[in-house]
Amino acid sequence: MANATELTVFTQDNPDFPANPEAHHDADLAISWHHDIETVPTLMRVVDGKAVDRTVGWHRDEWERITGLGSELPPMRPGCGSMSVDPDLVDELRVRFGATTLSSRRVEVADAEDDMEMMFNRGWTDGLPVIPPTEERVMRMLTGTSRESTEIVATVPPDLIDITVEKVAVSAVMAGCLPEYLPWVITAIEGACTDEFNMHGLLATTMPVGPVIICSGPGTRAIGMNSGGNALGQGNRANSTIGRALQLVIRNFGGGRPGEVDRSTHGAPGKLGFCFAENDVDSPYGTLSAQLGVDPGVDAITLFAGEGPRCVVDQLSREPDSLARSLAANLQVLHHPKLVMAFDAIVVMGPEHARVFDDAGWNREQIIAGINAHLNRPGSDIIRGAGGIAEGLPEEFAEVPSVPKFRDGGLMLAYAGGGAGLFSEIIGGWVNGAVGSQPMCRAVTY
Amino acid sequence: MTNTSMTRSILDPTGERSLVDRQLATRPNSLEGVTVGLLNISKPRGDVFLDRIEERLTTIGAAVNRYTKPTFAKPAPVDLRHKIATECQVVIEALAD
Repeated sequence: MANATELTVFTQDNPDFPANPEAHHDADLAISWHHDIETVPTLMRVVDGKAVDRTVGWHRDEWERITGLGSELPPMRPGCGSMSVDPDLVDELRVRFGATTLSSRRVEVADAEDDMEMMFNRGWTDGLPVIPPTEERVMRMLTGTSRESTEIVATVPPDLIDITVEKVAVSAVMAGCLPEYLPWVITAIEGACTDEFNMHGLLATTMPVGPVIICSGPGTRAIGMNSGGNALGQGNRANSTIGRALQLVIRNFGGGRPGEVDRSTHGAPGKLGFCFAENDVDSPYGTLSAQLGVDPGVDAITLFAGEGPRCVVDQLSREPDSLARSLAANLQVLHHPKLVMAFDAIVVMGPEHARVFDDAGWNREQIIAGINAHLNRPGSDIIRGAGGIAEGLPEEFAEVPSVPKFRDGGLMLAYAGGGAGLFSEIIGGWVNGAVGSQPMCRAVTY
Repeated sequence: MTNTSMTRSILDPTGERSLVDRQLATRPNSLEGVTVGLLNISKPRGDVFLDRIEERLTTIGAAVNRYTKPTFAKPAPVDLRHKIATECQVVIEALAD
């Protein structure tokens, strides 16, 4: 071929092969990287300095098509993986050949310093260890989104600083995310940092609440989220790290730390990060995301300002009204039995409770209406002083015959949990609406 | 392949904000004739506290303007902050509960 045309040969590993024609040794893999070589051999036809055609491996027909030669080649051999896409090398190459976009300050770590301890000492953790955000890891994280690393995602409270995709990626690395979680993290930050969701107030409040993230859509399965047994607990990487990444952004980038702007009296374990997926495939009553206005089947994130979950045990109800009454009795006490309308709630029903409603043919609207039907109290029962309890509604509610626990739309349903257990979980909300936080759902943008 | 990075380094996760030093406003020697803004953050009973403060301030000759945040759960809107800054020399913000 060298005799028939102008041929240049590059070799990745053995500079002596082939001996004739002499090969250029692509020792640092720059040629391979910049030409997106994934397989060796790759044959490229170059015209006026531009690659106009290529084939990989040994396909006689292809070689003949491109070079006019090759009749002595075997019909087909697949070739090998290029060193430039070797998983052990690719992160380092990405930094070497593509890192120019990263603008974060580099913090040097002394040889004698322990990376993990250094990050604790700088106050960059939530109390658990974080993954050191090296250039290699941040560049790899950025492969998870098509967005530019310089794009502004949101203005992060409490310091109100514009955060770029790059800085989100830094926190996502620290939280332990994989690159494929990054679009979810970005979407969560976009939603949380709106005036409507009011992350600032949620951070600053004395109540034990934080952002609750509920993921929906086929993408939750693509990234391996758990919507089944222990969905609200530990053990799944995506569930455990997506919410944590948001909270690390608030802490490290926004400057929101406990004892400073975070004034929570007790805090809650969920403030480390509280994220799970709803089981939209098996749900008998559709998705929470659809209840909040995003089409079913769309990858979406629901954001809710909420406290930790609490369990409702009802192992005996087999009729929907009985179970609705059980749920209502537990929901009435949310934050205080005499405080109403100010707080929303999400009921995360497990399969065994949901089946009771499904067997009776109740849909989402009927379940919510059925529960709300048992959540009306006479104003005289819940005004200040009633029942010997000072807390309660102002005196002017005394004559109101019936006061609901929840505002319109304030009671929401999600479906998640393992197969066994006649339980549901209640996630109680923070101050709702324009004075506090508005639950919202956003489609994930990749 | 040789490792080209000589020093280990990580990327700064913070906002890398350069802190702005702001001068504190000069403290008045007396509140007589000074306009004092009283900002109610909209928490229950904040008005009880501020009513009493207003009484005390008026007694010593201060002028009092009252302001209210739309909700205690969010920062005061910028227009309200500007209004207070242009109308008052001193501001007192009431927490409550």
